[in-house]
Amino acid sequence: MGALEAVILTIITASTPLLLAAIGELVTERSGVLNLGVEGMMIMGAVCGFATAYTSGSAMLGVAAGLLAGVVMSMLFAFLTQTLMTSQVATGLSLTLLGLGLSGLIGEAFTGLPGVKLTVLDIPFLSDIPFIGPILFGHDILVYASLAIPLGVAYVLFRTRLGLIITAVGGNHHSAHALGYNVIRVRYGCIAFGGACSGLAGAYLSLAYTPQWIENMSSGRGWIALALVVFSTWLPKRLMIGAYLFGTVWIMGLYVQALGVAIPAQLLSSLPYLVTIVALIIISGNKTLTKVNTPACIGQPFAPER
Amino acid sequence: MKKLIGSIALSLAMIFAAGAASAADKLKIGFIYVGPIGDHGWSYQHDQGRLAIEKELGDKVETVFVEKVAEGPDAERAIERLARQGAGLIFTTSFGFMNPTLKVAKRFPKVKFEHATGFKRSKNVATYNARFYEGRYIIGQIAAKMSKSGVAGYIASFPIPEVVMGINSFILGAQTINPNFKLKVIWVNSWFDPGKEADAAKVLIGQGADIVTQHTDSTAPLQIAADKGALGFGQASDMIKFAPKAQLTSIVDNWAPYYVRRTKAVLDGSWKSSNAWDGLAQGTVEMAAYTNMPSDVAAMAKKTQAMITSGKLHPFTGPLYKQDGSLALADGKVMDDGTLSGMNWYVKGVDGDLPK
Amino acid sequence: MMIVLEKRSEQSKAMTFLSPVLAIGLTVVIGGFIFTGLGLDPFKALYIYFIEPMTSIWSVEELIVKAAPLILIGAGLAVCYTANVWNIGAEGQLTIGALFGAAIPVYFTAWQSPLVLVLMLVLGAVGGALFGAIPALLKNRFGANEILTSLMLVYVAQLLLDWLVRGPWRDPQGFNFPQSVPFEGWQLLPLLGEGRVHIGAILAVVAVIILWIMMGRSLRGFEIRVIGRSPRAGAFAGFGQKRVVWFCFMLSGALAGLAGICEVAGPSGQLQPTISPGYGFTAIIVAFLGRLNPIGVLFAGILLAISYLGGEAAQVELGISDKTAQVFQGMLLFFILACDTLIHYRIKFAPGAGAAKEA
Repeated sequence: MGALEAVILTIITASTPLLLAAIGELVTERSGVLNLGVEGMMIMGAVCGFATAYTSGSAMLGVAAGLLAGVVMSMLFAFLTQTLMTSQVATGLSLTLLGLGLSGLIGEAFTGLPGVKLTVLDIPFLSDIPFIGPILFGHDILVYASLAIPLGVAYVLFRTRLGLIITAVGGNHHSAHALGYNVIRVRYGCIAFGGACSGLAGAYLSLAYTPQWIENMSSGRGWIALALVVFSTWLPKRLMIGAYLFGTVWIMGLYVQALGVAIPAQLLSSLPYLVTIVALIIISGNKTLTKVNTPACIGQPFAPER
Repeated sequence: MKKLIGSIALSLAMIFAAGAASAADKLKIGFIYVGPIGDHGWSYQHDQGRLAIEKELGDKVETVFVEKVAEGPDAERAIERLARQGAGLIFTTSFGFMNPTLKVAKRFPKVKFEHATGFKRSKNVATYNARFYEGRYIIGQIAAKMSKSGVAGYIASFPIPEVVMGINSFILGAQTINPNFKLKVIWVNSWFDPGKEADAAKVLIGQGADIVTQHTDSTAPLQIAADKGALGFGQASDMIKFAPKAQLTSIVDNWAPYYVRRTKAVLDGSWKSSNAWDGLAQGTVEMAAYTNMPSDVAAMAKKTQAMITSGKLHPFTGPLYKQDGSLALADGKVMDDGTLSGMNWYVKGVDGDLPK
Repeated sequence: MMIVLEKRSEQSKAMTFLSPVLAIGLTVVIGGFIFTGLGLDPFKALYIYFIEPMTSIWSVEELIVKAAPLILIGAGLAVCYTANVWNIGAEGQLTIGALFGAAIPVYFTAWQSPLVLVLMLVLGAVGGALFGAIPALLKNRFGANEILTSLMLVYVAQLLLDWLVRGPWRDPQGFNFPQSVPFEGWQLLPLLGEGRVHIGAILAVVAVIILWIMMGRSLRGFEIRVIGRSPRAGAFAGFGQKRVVWFCFMLSGALAGLAGICEVAGPSGQLQPTISPGYGFTAIIVAFLGRLNPIGVLFAGILLAISYLGGEAAQVELGISDKTAQVFQGMLLFFILACDTLIHYRIKFAPGAGAAKEA
């Protein structure tokens, strides 16, 4: 295996969970809801995915369980913020707190057990082509999903009626309501989608990235996913670029070290965050990029006037 | 209403009084862990030590623990809480608990404290650590025997003496087999971050390392090694079930002998503050079964292990040269523990600079 | 059947006080069931959790030590969030404040004078304010989302601290271990009483009172509330949104920085790779629990401190794990958030189909 090939493969695995969680949050935010509980949903996806896969022996069942766990968590958030109209910021943060605790509790019985690894989809002939084979055709189903979902989301958002409704609800919920759309119901749906994707991201961590259950194994990836959404200016295709860029910076920090370059490890570790900030500045500075796509109602509760 | 509250308070008081009475004739032993006991690494192994005390001494003792205690102001409160709860012996199991332990110890002169990996002691604070570098010397030799590329990857946490001496010991062991053996080090700046450790392992293997070892706690690097057809070593516990085809051996932290010994010392009144630095000889450092290697390599490893255990071999024996070629230890001399525990330089043969 | 919320014409005064009581009541009831399910005596468990932290002088003192930084930071964040300025990075401002203040004992180890302490506190606040000014600058100048920039800067600040205590600021006598020189004499905060309570507790109360007066009585407070409710209305009144962003970030940054230096010069007594167990993040919850009111923050800070101490006590005395405590805390937060709805809304139960008729 060549060095370049290894680096590219590493970048793909590092970017996949970020991309999965971020595309879900992108849809949630498009509908005007800010869910800061990504980390909590992700970790619940990880633990439920692992527990199910371990008990049943089937990694695919684990993936399904992870997805379901994310949805359940997100519904808790949706009930509070949409039905009871609590603060989205506070509820999201509480969701993260709850998820981290609950996952630890569920996972207690599953610590220190070797997990079930999600198998690579072996495509005859294609997977065997040198260099291109492993990079393009040597992955598990979640890696392909992480690429397919953003493309699907892009199609739905910009090419279908549903996409228009979501954008309208996020842009101006009062007009959307006046037009007869059920704002709350649309948002419930988008929050559920966000939860499902975060759950998948978690399942990827515990079934593919490092196939085992470890407390706090999401280690801040949920927050990075949130940053990526803004970085993408709520555009799915740009989100894919962003996630891979972030994965690249992340891996390059390690790569440079292994080459023996003497830079403090802390500086290398902080690079991804600094790069995100710089990217945010560049993108935010460009008004045409942001203004068009930013959901105007983000974070605001909606109560229909009576 | 008042009556109800009164009766509840009374019954609560009785519950506590009863609890206190039964606890009085038992020695209560407290543990403070920095991580979750579910980390399957550092804190997990200390908790195994706690369970060993319970198993060995049964109803003479009662153990309690607080996990995930942040190194900082919270630590002092957690330690003091255990002391106030009547613990007679308290183990604080992370370096960052050093000063809080000393502060609480001053206020509770009758309680015995044991602090892991620190260097400050007092009348009722002892310190203890393990000579993990002894195991690293052995795995260095195995690595040099088993590697085809002559390059090993080392995933390191923080550039503190404990870790640096491990790296040095590993390369010194390897050099006894292959003088040109190369070691690539990646600092992940964390004791425990499975994702990052996995990424580092992938990068190292991508750069030609066919042996991966680590001074971080998760099983992730070993799993990656198994996945990529490389070999590796476990850390802190036996990780063979995570990589049955890739783990060569594992350096296991076994705190049980020390914990049981110290608990017995408190029970029979012979406890004194001391600085224990136990290794293979005392059983605090253990080597997991030598697997996935030809029998001659396993035999060599066993021989080295026996020599270190019996004291015939010390990994840090002169002549030793620093990275820049200057002499660090004269021929035939054995490094003293003081120098060893303050080590902040690489020996010759390590690639790259030590982060300052 | 469907739950329908009807907005009250004004906040319910009764519910403002009743909702936290109701939330705590619900948590206690459900918590009791959980403890029973775990095979524990629910009364004992709840007693240990909520009451015991207040039954001895030592634990009350520890409660104050734990609550002080939460209140200090939470009060600043409450002002921020009132203005719709989302500072999520108080943890980073806390870290930088601690570094600024700690520079004095690190570089002038032998300097002893009351001035040292004053200077450390001032530098702590300045450091926090300056670090808080970065997301403010990025928001005002480039329109960069402050939630994310302030959050990203937390990691940067923590890594900077990590680098300093493992490198240039390491104690030369410390055997290469990651800590700074221990602070001494005037480099430490004076203690109140026998335990660990330090003057940071007084600072927290003073900050709460000042901010309460500012928000309630001053033009600045009015400006912040108007901008928070509607930036456009604020603009008509001649209030500048950018100015409010600067003010809020620097104010909350300064308070977080102050909390940071108080931790370092107080309970820690030296710099270590970790300064706070996430006070900057917990304070976000404190700000919301206190309904963005400085006085409310005071009580919320104490409540959260109780839940931490109670969780720790439960670990030791009941042998339940740290995660149970965390779940319990999460549940408490959800109930409080949910019950808060009652302040602004009336709940009606309507049959599902009939809901449309009302509209």
